[in-house]
Amino acid sequence: MENIVIIKYNAGNIGSVANALKRLDVNYKISADPDVIGKADKVIFPGVGEASSTMKNLRERGLDVLIPRLRQPVLGICLGMQLMCAWSEEGDTRGLGIFKERVYKFRINEKVPHMGWNTLMPSTDPLLTDLPEQAWFYFVHSFYAESGESTVASCEYGISFGAYLKKDNFYGVQFHPEKSGKTGSKFIQNFIAL
Amino acid sequence: MLAKRIIPCLDIREGRTVKGVNFVGIRDAGDPIELACRYVEEGADELVFLDITASHEGRKTRVDLVKLIAKEINIPFTIGGGINDYRDAELLLAAGADKICINSAAVKNPVLINQLVNAYGSQFVVLAIDASASGNDWQVYIHGGRIKHTKNLFEWALEGQDRGCGEILFTSMNHDGTKGGYVCDTLRKLSDLLHIPIIASGGAGTMDHFLEVFKWGKSDAALAASVFHYGEIPIPQLKLFLRKNNVSVRI
Repeated sequence: MENIVIIKYNAGNIGSVANALKRLDVNYKISADPDVIGKADKVIFPGVGEASSTMKNLRERGLDVLIPRLRQPVLGICLGMQLMCAWSEEGDTRGLGIFKERVYKFRINEKVPHMGWNTLMPSTDPLLTDLPEQAWFYFVHSFYAESGESTVASCEYGISFGAYLKKDNFYGVQFHPEKSGKTGSKFIQNFIAL
Repeated sequence: MLAKRIIPCLDIREGRTVKGVNFVGIRDAGDPIELACRYVEEGADELVFLDITASHEGRKTRVDLVKLIAKEINIPFTIGGGINDYRDAELLLAAGADKICINSAAVKNPVLINQLVNAYGSQFVVLAIDASASGNDWQVYIHGGRIKHTKNLFEWALEGQDRGCGEILFTSMNHDGTKGGYVCDTLRKLSDLLHIPIIASGGAGTMDHFLEVFKWGKSDAALAASVFHYGEIPIPQLKLFLRKNNVSVRI
């Protein structure tokens, strides 16, 4: 049985991620204990909230040092992904620097937040296998990761931005797979099956 | 391309759906979870649960219901009705609600919007506005449309946006229940005025009404209840119709 750990800190969507894993009959723990996180097969780094205060919260728990050192697959979701980048304009926040990309506020003619279902630019990737050709995911955010070398799949909303980033064992998604219906469940299953 | 959202609304009292539901294959029409699952299966993009429980025990029933919904439903959902203060909202977030919808409480105490946004983010707070038109003047009503307030729709929507709410759910009381179509001109004006998403509510009767509210009304999402509950407009059919007419929808 896979040993999945959701990193526990003041993120808003921990419960939603836990519920998504429950629906998939996956065993998981929610923990901030470096030993427990270190021993996990897979780690999920959720996040909903404001960047600078969340980063401060991570530092207080020593998670800013722990997360970049992890060797097993790590999936950052929404703000979790943004904090894995180098910097965020939100609160002028230095991130974990796993991805070199920077995070900016939307300055577009569309409505902000970018809220609702959108598609990814087609990509072949292990986490996107067995998904419909036009796979819809649920987004809700006002800041975005610029497209860059870590971008696996991008999304269009006034501008093309990094919707799914990857580097070595680190995966980061702007969308919420835990709220993206069957497509999102399949994405999480693919991550667990890595 | 971002999809226009189709949002069925379920009215709940004491943990049960209120409006009659006429769905083939539904065993218990009063069970909100079974109905919600059905809508998810059909392709609803989001769900809104409006809890009209009036009793003192309402708060606990509502929290228990939200916990159940959060367990079963894998798309975003909003809970509204009877959220009077910060504590109510906080409990619903903890129970698993993605968004809360506030109406009368925000009119009476607008700072509540700022407090909730600062604590939980814009994406959590939907400002619901019920308004009725006399001429060109749109007056805001509270307490389920029973009490007229001095606020004006456009001013109040702008204030809500300035205070940080993530979306506006606007119900035209003149159109609600008529099945004569959404109030597209007013929705369009509201959409041009604001930079946050607008959910249109009140008046859905035909598939053309949805097309109009997205094309002419410039709405980001359309909410409806009875046309979905009574199976008058099946969601898969509606989405095919919209796509055929060049509206971006999730299929």
